[in-house]
Amino acid sequence: MDDSLLGLLRFGPDGWGDELLAGLRITLLLALTTAPVGLVLGFCLALMRRSDNARLRVPATIFTTIFKGLPELITLFIVYYGLSMAIRWVLSFVTSVHIEISAFLAGVIALGAVSASFASEVFMGALNGINRGQVEAAEALGLGRWPILRKILIPQVMRLALPGLSNLWLVLLKDTALVSVIALPDLLRRTFIAVGSTKEPFFFFTVAIVIYFIISLVSMAILALLEARFSRGYAR
Amino acid sequence: MTEYLPPILAEYGDDLLDGFLVTIQLVGMSVAFGAIIGMGVAAARMSPRWWLKAFAWFYIGLFRGTPLLAQLFLIYYGLGQFSGLWRTLGLWNFLRDPFNCALLAFSLNTAAYQAEIFRGAILAVPEGQWEGARALGVGRRVAFMRVILPQAALLALRPFGNEIVLMIKGSAVASVVTVYDLLGETRLAYSDTFRFDVYFYAAALYLVLVETLRRLWDIFERRLTRHLDRERKEAVVDPAGQPVMS
Repeated sequence: MDDSLLGLLRFGPDGWGDELLAGLRITLLLALTTAPVGLVLGFCLALMRRSDNARLRVPATIFTTIFKGLPELITLFIVYYGLSMAIRWVLSFVTSVHIEISAFLAGVIALGAVSASFASEVFMGALNGINRGQVEAAEALGLGRWPILRKILIPQVMRLALPGLSNLWLVLLKDTALVSVIALPDLLRRTFIAVGSTKEPFFFFTVAIVIYFIISLVSMAILALLEARFSRGYAR
Repeated sequence: MTEYLPPILAEYGDDLLDGFLVTIQLVGMSVAFGAIIGMGVAAARMSPRWWLKAFAWFYIGLFRGTPLLAQLFLIYYGLGQFSGLWRTLGLWNFLRDPFNCALLAFSLNTAAYQAEIFRGAILAVPEGQWEGARALGVGRRVAFMRVILPQAALLALRPFGNEIVLMIKGSAVASVVTVYDLLGETRLAYSDTFRFDVYFYAAALYLVLVETLRRLWDIFERRLTRHLDRERKEAVVDPAGQPVMS
């Protein structure tokens, strides 16, 4: 067993099991950090795009058009190289300290902007699914804008938006693999390193794909439970 | 006229345009091959034989549930490991070209999405169309080809357009395995000059490509489906808005 391919997955200094697991941790950490950013920003973008005020609506529409249309990889490069450069340029006026943004942060910003743009689309659909009369009724009862948002809109939007958001989570999980290109040691990057030292690309990339597949399946099972919970009281 | 261009475009503009054409070629070919494979997978998915159904379910789930970049690595590096085998089969000249590997990976990937589009569109044609054809004495095969398929093709248009857009965006990962597509040429120009603005020109080209396609497709689709009501069109499952497996 020790000389076989599976032996390469042992934990410890002579196997790659612990390295891959550490990579998986970074993949999940990146996805879990980015998801709330995309969710909150996406909701704000949806509200802005529905606004009557052009100064809110136009920038939000431009933002979502750009990040929905650009390849995720080029967005990542622009954030990673461009933002570092911009920060360096601004800092060069005040100090000579050299600052670079980390690959992890670049991943959160780039993937966050992309998921927020797609999430805003999901939220727009969900907000359209709520009868206008509900807001009017709440206004007639004297509720302010904030309570209407928090008590009337958000609970219903969450139910309607959940299927779309579930799908975005699965897309986000897959997109995290792109940060391996800017050398963040995620699952795919560590697999790449393992391949470089063992010369067993077919075996290791198969293992990585199986791991991604398992996370997708587990995510789907959890999301199905969540959807059932949020749809309580609604017969299908 | 080059003196009116920003310096980076005067020098690398032609390369970027070459890359742009490679991107279009890669996406066009992948979507076409993917459609052929996808039809087979969709047929398997709807087959009464359990093992065909199980295979299609697994194929669709695997390609939709894992990153395209990982699939590309498996094909480019993983298959390269067996170069001896490919040499004896006469396939090595095909497989050692990164463009062909990207084409293979993208075709197999988009086939999984397209299979779900085709299946959804066929299922969205109302049952009454089958019954009507049968009442007229039309056999199942003819009913499928002449009655169901033309209607399903129209219903598939919108999700199919979305899939092409996803493929254009996804194709940028080909640059990671040294395909000189638009992003590949851009990265080359950047590593030569360290002029960051080249990324903005590439981004603009991608946006123009995606937005043009999206808008033209929208007009085209709306014109072809103007006889259908909204409800019917929305009954079609768009895999881009659906869980990975169903």
